[in-house]
Amino acid sequence: MDYLEELENKSIYILREAYSRFRNIALLWSIGKDSTTMLWISRKAFFGEIPFPVIHIDTSFKFREIYEFRNTYSKKWGLNLIISKNDAALDAGMCPEKGKFECCNALKTQALKNTIKEHGLKALLLAIRRDEHGIRAKERYFSPRDSDFQWNYQNQPAELWDLYKTRLAQEEHFRIHPMLHWREQDIWQYIMREKIPVTPLYFAKNGLRYRSIGCQTCCKPVPSNADTIKKIVEELKTTVLPERSGRAQDKEDTYTMQKLRSLGYM
Amino acid sequence: MKKDFLSIVITGHVDHGKSTLIGRLLLETGSLPKEKIEEIKKISRQLGKDTEMAYLTDQLEEERRQNMTIDTTQIFFKSRKRNYVIIDSPGHLELIKNMITGSSLAQAAILIVDTAEGVKEQTRRHAYIISMLGITNVIAVLNKMDLVNYSREKFKAISGEIEKFFKTLDIKPSFIIPISAKEGVNISKNHSRLAWYKGPTFLEALDSLKTPAKAARKFLRFPVQDIYGAGGKKIMVGKILSGTLSKGEEIKLLPSYSEARVSAIEIFGKTPSKAKAGENIGIVLDKDLAVKRGDVFIDKRNSAGLTGRFKGDIFWMSSAPLEINKPLNLRLATQEVKCVAEKIEERIDSSTFQTIEENAKQVRINESAVVIFKTDRPLVIEKFSEVEELGRFVLERDSNLVGAGIIT
Repeated sequence: MDYLEELENKSIYILREAYSRFRNIALLWSIGKDSTTMLWISRKAFFGEIPFPVIHIDTSFKFREIYEFRNTYSKKWGLNLIISKNDAALDAGMCPEKGKFECCNALKTQALKNTIKEHGLKALLLAIRRDEHGIRAKERYFSPRDSDFQWNYQNQPAELWDLYKTRLAQEEHFRIHPMLHWREQDIWQYIMREKIPVTPLYFAKNGLRYRSIGCQTCCKPVPSNADTIKKIVEELKTTVLPERSGRAQDKEDTYTMQKLRSLGYM
Repeated sequence: MKKDFLSIVITGHVDHGKSTLIGRLLLETGSLPKEKIEEIKKISRQLGKDTEMAYLTDQLEEERRQNMTIDTTQIFFKSRKRNYVIIDSPGHLELIKNMITGSSLAQAAILIVDTAEGVKEQTRRHAYIISMLGITNVIAVLNKMDLVNYSREKFKAISGEIEKFFKTLDIKPSFIIPISAKEGVNISKNHSRLAWYKGPTFLEALDSLKTPAKAARKFLRFPVQDIYGAGGKKIMVGKILSGTLSKGEEIKLLPSYSEARVSAIEIFGKTPSKAKAGENIGIVLDKDLAVKRGDVFIDKRNSAGLTGRFKGDIFWMSSAPLEINKPLNLRLATQEVKCVAEKIEERIDSSTFQTIEENAKQVRINESAVVIFKTDRPLVIEKFSEVEELGRFVLERDSNLVGAGIIT
């Protein structure tokens, strides 16, 4: 078994473990490379028929390419797609100009909270990775959240081997992270090998490409000439820029990510 | 060429320099983006401190303000020889559950000791936990050599102490290395201050560690994780823990001892005729057996041990003690049973390694013990050294993890 197969096998085990313990679970799909890869592996884990809904948190500020990709592949892969949108906040005029922290919290975290409640979900699958951000490196594979969505990062439960914590108090839910052990370059190598479709935003145009994709309003491309998957894999071997250097919410304040995450941000 | 991967946990007493060593290692090997170094410098300035390399892994605001690691972190790092996953861990007694969490994913361990302060309580406890978790690939580093003027005598004295306590744990550290993480001495390059030291630098020592070979066991152990009905078929899924499985093979299910033939091995998009240890697969049988999660498939001719009573070496992590004959939930691979501690043969101080009491009535937080467990249903177990996943378990009470153990 080679290295990518080992990563894939571990993710399959966690996905199946998650579904085995929680039948009312959903997968969060941002349409980015990581969650699309998780979706791909989920199709493998469940033999082509993902037995739970796939949620897209739609802030309405996403790229046109994201919506196109979502509509094409949710049909092609027969997904049970839930679009999670905080219409009340949008109607009240919420946008990044009102403050990035406030906007992320209202249009992503609050939207997700509403969806969880509406569908009675007990667990969410998220494609965060340890090497993306120092705060994400502190995560467990199975991470309990309280009814207010709070992440008690100062007192996380122990997690030994692959014997994950899977029981919780009535009011809690779980964040489950099947891709935690993947690196950015592993994702791209796997995408190349498996021929996983990804949105064209990742490929360089006029010397720029998106390395991490969020909302169009809060996302900048980075200088790059990598216009194929192969070139992206090569680029990542030598780059000195961090993956999320184009993402605004990481930058506002040193601990913005920690604060957002402790409130339930992804 | 594909480089191999090694996961290493950095352990040791509080403030002996675990996070600083990791920061220094990443800095000296050019593993850090420039932006990251600038960020660390900026935050250090904001907090009124010298550039603090520990902030690379200590990412939580609370960790930086209090100057301590609270939770375990993993960082990826590449040397010329191979890829590493470096696992940082906290050194406080109160945070031992986070240290164990990090260590349970490691193939090798670094034990760091402040040469000026010497071996402390958590130094020895971490060594004990490393050995309990079955990690035998160990490097000891004597940090803060700058504080003892790079004294060879001081190094020798503490090295002797370290070798001695590791010996009682049946571990021989591959190397004992003098360093100064703060001054960057002997991390990736030697220094004239340590002219008397002829051994490898820390990085050279890391690179010379062997990746533990996965023993290929012949007998099949395939615990059922879940059962799916996909496309009109009943598919039993799970991870093969040892041995191989072939299409057409006759297998036996425990604990029912019912037998069947494998009519297909299911991997999405493939039609394999054979699968081996480590693979997550599904199987379809030629007859409809009553199967549930936690049942274990074995070779037809193999006689696996089914037992309702076994001995385990445990570490207790809850402030409410383990008491004999009080119910607990026990999980081992996908098996889950109710159990009680029938007998506590020995209660052990995990820092001094001394037996506190024989035939004890209870085990307290951060103590270790040799316990006879009695389960309400029979389990398939193996020695940890034979099939790791069937030789390790966790104990739960009120859905919280309270202890962990190994079957030796």
